[in-house]
Amino acid sequence: MTTTTLTPETVAPAGDQPQLSRAPGVLADTWNVMLRELRPVLRQPVSVLFAMVQPLVFLGLFAPLLPDAEGGSALQWFVPGIIAMTALMGASFTGSALTDEIMTGSHERLLVSPLSRSSLMVGRSLKEIVPMLMQAAIVLAVVTPFSFELHLPGVLVGMVMLSLFSVGIGALSFALALVAKDQVWLFWTVQQTLIFPLLLLAGMLLPVDQGPGWLQTASDLNPLTYIVEAERALFAGSFPAGEVLAGFGAAAAVAALGLGVGLRAMNRAS
Amino acid sequence: MVMTTTTPSSNRRGPVIRTRGLTRHFVRHQQTVEAVRGLDLDVAPGELVAFLGPNGAGKSTTLRMLTTLLAPTAGTAEVAGFDVVTQRREVRRSIGYVGQGNGAGHQQRGRDELFSQARAHGLGRRQAKERADELLAAFDLSEFADRPVISLSGGQRRRLDVAIGLVHQPGLLFLDEPSTGLDPQNRANLQEQVRRLHEEHGTTIVLTTHYLEEADAIADRVVVIDHGLVIADDSAPRLKSALGDLVRLGFATAEDAAEAARRASRLAGADVEVRGAAATHEVSLRVAHGRELAPGLVADLAAYGTPAQRIEVVGPTLDDVFLHLTGRSLRESNESPADADQSTTSDQTEGAAA
Repeated sequence: MTTTTLTPETVAPAGDQPQLSRAPGVLADTWNVMLRELRPVLRQPVSVLFAMVQPLVFLGLFAPLLPDAEGGSALQWFVPGIIAMTALMGASFTGSALTDEIMTGSHERLLVSPLSRSSLMVGRSLKEIVPMLMQAAIVLAVVTPFSFELHLPGVLVGMVMLSLFSVGIGALSFALALVAKDQVWLFWTVQQTLIFPLLLLAGMLLPVDQGPGWLQTASDLNPLTYIVEAERALFAGSFPAGEVLAGFGAAAAVAALGLGVGLRAMNRAS
Repeated sequence: MVMTTTTPSSNRRGPVIRTRGLTRHFVRHQQTVEAVRGLDLDVAPGELVAFLGPNGAGKSTTLRMLTTLLAPTAGTAEVAGFDVVTQRREVRRSIGYVGQGNGAGHQQRGRDELFSQARAHGLGRRQAKERADELLAAFDLSEFADRPVISLSGGQRRRLDVAIGLVHQPGLLFLDEPSTGLDPQNRANLQEQVRRLHEEHGTTIVLTTHYLEEADAIADRVVVIDHGLVIADDSAPRLKSALGDLVRLGFATAEDAAEAARRASRLAGADVEVRGAAATHEVSLRVAHGRELAPGLVADLAAYGTPAQRIEVVGPTLDDVFLHLTGRSLRESNESPADADQSTTSDQTEGAAA
């Protein structure tokens, strides 16, 4: 490894700047960033299990305590919430990968590359859809042999909704990583502080209808509430227009907010 | 300002880098820190320039402005003919950049990182794949190309970083502290690669370093920076010869030493000092061409009846140059990394605005 040969045709031509060729567009850049982010996930699919530890614990140790609901088994009611939880966990963890890249230097390299700032944010966030789908598939594979009935069309529509949600949460997580920079504790403190209130107020573990008024108001303000309600309907194989639209509205709002905040953070990144 | 033009074939005659009044302030703890103060710098095509200075001197901040990572507070900079504020994308497409950290993501594989960087620079899928293979072979990385970067050694990772910086065959390459953290063998290896890239391909190279030996060994031109200002800018040999060699003479008695000092001070430009330590009556003088002058001086002193008993002639190092310019040794300055460039820049969140 002591000698390396750089044959003339392989490295920089002498002197002046080469003519700048046609630059890839924003879409090509975004695709490139997304593929780069996906490679480690696809090369090591086991990594998606990391964000699933807590949802699986709830599934194994909490779901059996639930009484059967009027519409079907407890599992039928509980699984959509668990899948939403998995999506929230996975997408909110994702910023930690950016934290690593900020600390080790590869984020800086990407900032100096010709990739546009928006591609760097959107490409990363879009990638969140893939691990989310893999995680949902694992949960479904685990529960379908038990008292869970798989209604595929509803599940697929539900996955589209959760994809929007994951992109938004992923973007927020990346924005948090960009703001926290090398203060890893800051990232985790904010992330951990936010996700459990979001989950509990969405009625993911227990319904909030019987809670006090203030709690119901907080729940009404939580976009995840509408998503979880819509997912429950869809997973049961029904398509109530109002709930499904509310769910998509909430997911789209999270995506818009996340990408807005994320793009702002990435544009300021240095 | 010294300009060495090595590429007459170039039809663009202007400098590759041109800064005027380039300034960067940081606000920290309600105090304004002037990291770079009014830098005027021209770098001609084909130069190999080292920014030398202690940690916190402003070298990295300068480099970060030139590479569009940080917007200047004031002043202008053009890199490869493009403005670093208004034409950031063009600058980024024209330069190669090897930062202080690892360009390759630790969870990624080297081959993948080369490929996506090549794609970012507009190479087609097949071209990008070929280019990745070519660089992996050139940097002796082929056998590690499909392992996660985190499992590579420090030297392997650094070679990968440089390879990533060269994906698009840039005519201008920036390296920020390229050999920090490398063991001596890998450091020599890297310097050899940088030097060869410069010599064989005429690539213009700008690097920052706080290693004197590194600046001395590879750079054509050394820009010494301290407290955000350029305090010297010349080739290493010229910087050193301007300072002169150190000639130390030992004498039997204090009287001999005093007399010798008087005679030695007649040499043009000599800076003479008498040190009467207990056992050694020593005269030391710093003078240009001291090596050539020393034999004559010794003969002269012997003929005069105050013979020297010991003689030592030491060529100047860049550290001596730095000491002479700032009153501080660069080596000692480096031992207080409290206000390192890194922390100066990583504290900043305002950075480059959209």
